[in-house]
Amino acid sequence: MKHTLLGAVFAAAFAVPAFAGDYMIMAPAAPGGGWDSTARSMQEVMQAEGISASVQVQNVPGAGGTVGLAQFASTTSGDASQLIVGGYVMVGAILTNESPVSLADVTPIARLTGEAVGIAVSASSPIQNINELIEMMKADPGSVSWAGGSAGGVDHITVGLLAKAAGIDPTKINYVAFAGGGEALAAILGNQVTVGISGVGEFLPQVEAGAMRMLAVSTAEKWAGTDAPTLMESGYDVNVQNWRMVAAAPGLSDEQKAAVTADIDKLVNSAGWKSLLETKGWANTYLSGADFDAQLAKEIEATTAVLKDIGLVK
Amino acid sequence: MTTFDFLLQGLAVAMDPMILFYALIGVTLGTAVGVLPGIGPALTVALLLPVTYGLDPAGSLIMFAGIYYGGMYGGSTTSILLNTPGESASIVTALEGNKMARAGRGGPALATAAIGSFVAGLLATLALAFLAPYVVKLALVFGPREYFALMLLAFVTVSAAFGDSTLKGLTSLFIGLSLALVGIDQLTGQARLSFGVPELLDGVEVTTLAVALFAIGEALFVASQGNVGVETVEAVKGSVWMTRADWARSWKPWLRGTAIGFPIGAMPAGGAEIGTLLSYATEKRLAKNPEEFGHGAIEGVAGPEAANNASAAGTLVPLLTLGLPTSATAAILLAGFQQFGLQPGPLLFATSPQLVWGLIASLLIANVMLLVLNLPMIRLWVKLLTIPRHWLYAGILLFSTLGTIGMNPSPVELGMLLIFGVMGFLMRLYGYPIAPVVVGLILGPMAEQQLRRALSISQGDWTTLVSTPVAAGILLVAALALIVPLVMRLRGKGAVLAQIASDED
Repeated sequence: MKHTLLGAVFAAAFAVPAFAGDYMIMAPAAPGGGWDSTARSMQEVMQAEGISASVQVQNVPGAGGTVGLAQFASTTSGDASQLIVGGYVMVGAILTNESPVSLADVTPIARLTGEAVGIAVSASSPIQNINELIEMMKADPGSVSWAGGSAGGVDHITVGLLAKAAGIDPTKINYVAFAGGGEALAAILGNQVTVGISGVGEFLPQVEAGAMRMLAVSTAEKWAGTDAPTLMESGYDVNVQNWRMVAAAPGLSDEQKAAVTADIDKLVNSAGWKSLLETKGWANTYLSGADFDAQLAKEIEATTAVLKDIGLVK
Repeated sequence: MTTFDFLLQGLAVAMDPMILFYALIGVTLGTAVGVLPGIGPALTVALLLPVTYGLDPAGSLIMFAGIYYGGMYGGSTTSILLNTPGESASIVTALEGNKMARAGRGGPALATAAIGSFVAGLLATLALAFLAPYVVKLALVFGPREYFALMLLAFVTVSAAFGDSTLKGLTSLFIGLSLALVGIDQLTGQARLSFGVPELLDGVEVTTLAVALFAIGEALFVASQGNVGVETVEAVKGSVWMTRADWARSWKPWLRGTAIGFPIGAMPAGGAEIGTLLSYATEKRLAKNPEEFGHGAIEGVAGPEAANNASAAGTLVPLLTLGLPTSATAAILLAGFQQFGLQPGPLLFATSPQLVWGLIASLLIANVMLLVLNLPMIRLWVKLLTIPRHWLYAGILLFSTLGTIGMNPSPVELGMLLIFGVMGFLMRLYGYPIAPVVVGLILGPMAEQQLRRALSISQGDWTTLVSTPVAAGILLVAALALIVPLVMRLRGKGAVLAQIASDED
């Protein structure tokens, strides 16, 4: 009796993943970061909206997402229930780490969200606007220290693009990489560095509290929640948006890919997703199908060019 | 309203039965995940976040904070009894704690850890309530050069505190520093010593190394000895509880541990490990019988455990006052705040005082609960040691392997665990101390990064390292800690130093 019961439990446990519509989402980062919260938001909304009965999230942190990506690409082939979250930072990490696995080894499905990169100084800094900052860089690029996220990530790329647009040698920029957002914020607030660069959302609360001043945002249009000018408005031809995407396993049939895309489409168009984006301060930049593939190819090309300019990729 | 009124008001919020219930769930879960190696408080809070969407924000945040405190405490239990530190913050506890457990003093070790955690948690939470705005100002003074000075101080004091032979101790330290070089260089994004293995890009995980060296290495060592000459482990010798002498030797380390752990925990790049290491080094230096260190000195458990819990409260200082997360768990707590539309930061105390003070008050309550929950458990825990050795070590092997895979499900991680396990076995066989390896892995990358950041900001000007009074002051203390013992030894002075010397060389 005991054995039959145990057998039944095991059978049930193994049977669960076989149901159609179940998903396992890999967040290739530690719990708490942007990719993790994207994955967990997807999990929450997909379950709440009945798109999938059971969604699980697995964290495989490391190396700008390339550790998770490598594991995902090698273990999930042909399995339509597997998803992985990624984004701009992953594109850069694949290039700088010379990762043997790239986004070509999975099936990109859609771009989901976007966020502007903000440039900000502490409230006590003498720098009042972005043009003053650029003048300082023109006089001596090394004297302006930038605190931002990991080397080769979206923050670093934005600084490189800005330098190039302002006619400053991008290899001369003094970029100081910090692992966690918290440490970078402390360095900016404590006036340890000249200026900070990070996702707008990380700076906004400090700006509202009067502890920091936002100099510019990186997107083509102004960003909700701040009246800081865009870099374009200030005369620098830079347009960067940190985006996040979802990809499926490699080796899917066209029908499988279409089914996954349809589920993601349902997710993005649900009321739950929209209200969630609002609370998180993420823009809806949904793009799927051939348009997304073309956009992704363009981003990879542009990122490669910038990283070469900064000297991170040879 | 004064801080005191706010705190009383907060206590009233926290006394709500539902809130008490959430706090109870939090500390219980926290203790459980702290006991399991690999599953830390950060992961648990992350897993619980989606579950709490529908719950009351005050209750769930209080539960999360309970998990944090509970996890900090729970990690000490396995460190002491099984020599398998569950979190990097309880690595130091294993050094003396496990030696005590094997000498039949597991009970007092667990008790001093529990009471020390309570005392530290209590004092540090009160400090959080009353001193947060001042501590955070101090923490912001710390930039890369100050951190580098602090790391140097830790190196100097800590490396002297470990091992019986200076040469062997330094060898171990440099093995740790070499392992620390593996992975992506944070400042340039270039991979170092990763040999094309993607799992190595993020470097060697501290808990994997610690569990391998401490637990696996020891299990192999015990197995290799067979039944010949095995030291008998006495589960309980003397009282399970702390004796009068234990109390007398514990209370000062508790207070010192709190004083070291809280401010370092509040620093954005501080963390719990540095506090525990510095506390251990301090206790060894101040102890009446430094020769007992390495053989089960209760001070070496009491101090670091207090530092560890005080740093947990310290982490909440920048989180609540600036919205700065300074540890993985704090980052997730921040996400938890944001989930309920609350933005921690300078405005939080003004916009939601009830929640903040409720949180602080329930931390006090969670702290009491932890003590009540854990003291009676000690009698049960020490029973673990009466399990026959071959079963116990088989269990430890299984437990450490599962924990490592649970944290990072990859064959490479498992391979590293085994390779480092064999390394730990060989080091033990040839009498090399293993703690400095772990210390090197923890402090090496921090020191390197902070030094390079400082030099990058100053554009290569080395004088930046002594250009602020804080940095210069810490470096001076570090230099004194290095030079004074040397000079005193040269002059042949001091019976105390002779004792330390005989212990070190």
